[in-house]
Amino acid sequence: MSTATLEAMAHHEEHGDAHHDHHQETFITKYVFSQDHKTIAKQFLVTGIIWAIIGGLFSVIFRFQLGYPESTFPWLEDLLGHWAKGGKLQPEFYYALVTMHGTILVFFVLTAGLSGTFANFLIPLQIGARDMASPMLNMLSYWFFFLASVIMMSSLFVQTGPASGGWTIYPPLSALGDASMGSKIGMDLWLVSMAMFVVSSLLGGLNYITTILNMRTKGMSMTRMPLTIWALFFTAVLGVLSFPVLLSGAILLLFDRNLGTSFFLSDIVVAGKILPNEGGSAILFQHLFWFLGHPEVYIILLPAMGMSSEILSVNSRKPIFGYMAMVGSLFAITILAFLVWAHHMFVTGLNPFLGSVFVLLTLLIAVPSAIKVFNWLTTLWKGNIRFTPAMLFAIGFVSLFISGGLTGIFLGNSALDIHLHDTYFVIAHFHIVMGVASFFGMFAGVYHWYPKMFGRYLNTTLAYIHFWVTIIGAYLIFWPMHYEGLAGMPRRYYDFSNWESFKMFGGLNEFISLIALIVFAVQLLFVINFFYSIWKGRKVTTQNPWEANTLEWTTPIRPGHGNWPGEIPEVHRWPYDYAKDGKDFIPQDVPVGADESKH
Amino acid sequence: MKDFYLIAIVVMIFVVIFQIAKASEYVSVLKGEEKTRKQNNKINGFLLIIFLILGLYGAWYCNELYYGKTLFPQGSASVEGEKIDLMLYITIGVTGVVFIITQVLLFWFAFKYQEQDNKKAFYFPHNTKLELLWTTVPAIFLTVLVVFGLKYWFKMTNDAPKDSVVVEITGHQFAWDMRYPGKDGKLGKKNYKLYNQPSGNTLGVDFEDPESWDDLHTTDMHLPVGKPVKLVINAMDVIHDVGLSHFRMKMDAVPGIPTTMWFTPKYTTEEMKKRTGNPNFVYEISCDQMCGKGHFSMRGVIIVESEEDYNKWLSAQKPEYFTMYPDKDPTIQRNSTDSIKTQPLAQAMPIQ
Repeated sequence: MSTATLEAMAHHEEHGDAHHDHHQETFITKYVFSQDHKTIAKQFLVTGIIWAIIGGLFSVIFRFQLGYPESTFPWLEDLLGHWAKGGKLQPEFYYALVTMHGTILVFFVLTAGLSGTFANFLIPLQIGARDMASPMLNMLSYWFFFLASVIMMSSLFVQTGPASGGWTIYPPLSALGDASMGSKIGMDLWLVSMAMFVVSSLLGGLNYITTILNMRTKGMSMTRMPLTIWALFFTAVLGVLSFPVLLSGAILLLFDRNLGTSFFLSDIVVAGKILPNEGGSAILFQHLFWFLGHPEVYIILLPAMGMSSEILSVNSRKPIFGYMAMVGSLFAITILAFLVWAHHMFVTGLNPFLGSVFVLLTLLIAVPSAIKVFNWLTTLWKGNIRFTPAMLFAIGFVSLFISGGLTGIFLGNSALDIHLHDTYFVIAHFHIVMGVASFFGMFAGVYHWYPKMFGRYLNTTLAYIHFWVTIIGAYLIFWPMHYEGLAGMPRRYYDFSNWESFKMFGGLNEFISLIALIVFAVQLLFVINFFYSIWKGRKVTTQNPWEANTLEWTTPIRPGHGNWPGEIPEVHRWPYDYAKDGKDFIPQDVPVGADESKH
Repeated sequence: MKDFYLIAIVVMIFVVIFQIAKASEYVSVLKGEEKTRKQNNKINGFLLIIFLILGLYGAWYCNELYYGKTLFPQGSASVEGEKIDLMLYITIGVTGVVFIITQVLLFWFAFKYQEQDNKKAFYFPHNTKLELLWTTVPAIFLTVLVVFGLKYWFKMTNDAPKDSVVVEITGHQFAWDMRYPGKDGKLGKKNYKLYNQPSGNTLGVDFEDPESWDDLHTTDMHLPVGKPVKLVINAMDVIHDVGLSHFRMKMDAVPGIPTTMWFTPKYTTEEMKKRTGNPNFVYEISCDQMCGKGHFSMRGVIIVESEEDYNKWLSAQKPEYFTMYPDKDPTIQRNSTDSIKTQPLAQAMPIQ
């Protein structure tokens, strides 16, 4: 496309807003209460980044306690006040930090920050729509998330501290203020915040599904959608069907806490008091929680899979291998995600027969996962690979997904899980496979679509440093934890030094804490790069910098509200025509030539 | 002041890295962006293959360092746990092969097929045979793992053998309490509403029930070696978990819903001291379910000993009923009246 046309488009773009909305955009409507899906995506991303810094910082602080259980750090008292009396983190606050780290990273960063950002940003752009089906609900989705964030944040500042019963908030611990400081007002705030979060997630999810099903441009059949869209579609389906169950659990727990009901409480003596509650079941809550909790893992993972698939294909200059198998395996994972929740509960006294059903269904998930891995490998095979930062993170994602996925086979097998349950093996497993891997997917997405979001590039040198330190650091932190888990070292311990069975890992814990500090510092480098480049980054000068096929690269460099200044392009082919018929790439809006071969 | 310098140094490092990164951007403009990109491509391709090699070496080195510390080389301390060890080795074997093959292919492909000017990528959108291959092969391996796993799972979760030693273990914030059934082999009834801290009835035992009269209440758990043990697991307040890493056993303690598990200790504590070469070795009960601020200190101790020592220990314990109601204690009555001859408790309470 010539420069002249580009300029014409940019000119057009400025008037695009008025053209579609018929009213003047003020600062408030453009940047705060915006209904433009791209702005909402950026709002989710920036909020997610802020939460990620807070959640990451929490993990660094509690890693200090684990690495140096005997030492005191005066600066901790300066930072945290009476929670770190004498420079020593208090156990109650250690548990609060662990709980908030989990809650923040799982829900606020890797659900809202990841799906919220990329579903909002990519769905209209990649399917060829001007915006979401309901921009209004979409805006509300962000603001409910914001409200949830404010409530959760405020719980950090109440006298008795935030929730501290673990991100899984099992009652009775979470139900009884007498059982733990964190189960006082902090827990109510946690539950109300999560209720707001669920509303946000439902508004978003319904919008994503509706938009994908109804608003695809001409020619964009379902089987011509990029894998990112398929992944985001299944993610939204998972969220819409499972989050309400968490909401019901949260509301019942609020009743138990405040209205004297006994859904989850029975036969309890706490702090010397005999409670009147009888007939409830603490295990019932775990079923409700994990009915969301397990799909939640895939809500976090699927977008990362989708984006990595897209990025691997673009930068290998090769079609994704086995597109239909990729869609099929995403579908299989979505179905199975609802049928495996009780594998988190093998040692609760679950009926062993029921347990065996869940073993079978859990290990079944390894089949679609294996298909995806081998398809990614084959996508790389005989490619012509460009190691953009996004590509490196996508390769890192595959590596981490393999490493963490394989340890899932240990934990999903109930007999082995008896020994490994709630040990550091579990920490290693889920941090690698859904924590770090999803972060890698998210980073890959940010590096890949940053030029589309802001019209500028991120600094590449910083990006390479970011990638290499993060992947090496992630493996150094989590790989040795498998050994601690094999020794039976339990999760959520404040101090191991009095345990004959676990204290021999003291040196290792110190090493892990040090690496965690370094990795955290390097994430700050990414954050600096991110915000600096919004205003000062190298400008994007070509419309399609990665030479990709998908529709978002047919919009102007900085698309306005409505995305395409003129007509929305028509789609004539699938998005993976790379290296076809001797052409490096053929975008989706290019009509099929008469002499073109069919795949 | 020291903190200030430290912060200053960290900020300096950030600034330096950032400036270098900015400078490299200008250099790339001068050198030609395409040329810089290709150079970066080569460097990163090379780093990927180095990462693979160092990574595999690192995994081996990590194993050298920590495998011994997991106490897996010494084997499970319970007969049933041997199955779990075997499962672990089978699973490591299967997943280890997959791990090495896939990671090597991933980084090798990335390195080998890095961008070259004279090359074109190969248009290879799908191949049904290959896709069927990697659907069925994992499915077969997983079936094997499931079959083994479930076989052991059903064995372990089955009812305990009839001749098991029964011990009740109750978790509360933040300690464990044991109850032994006494000579009648039956634990007396409990009702949490009978909990009474001042009287000492912290487990809520119903002392109206004659079966409770010979029950023992202890803080350590003593077990005879070589005999199956059935644990009846309770919790007073929140969910706890009886974690026995050496026996490879674990079960939640849920208030209101008693659970059970059983295993057969293979080695006495003394034998384990020799096997591990650690004179301080002790079987520990760790709470493995987050239960509040003292979760990390909720430690229990199990002493596995010969049957003889076990019986001796058992006979030295006084039933809780007599502690609660000293006037009912026959040994005290004998001292005052010298009229009633009671059997020594060692004979009165044999293990089953």
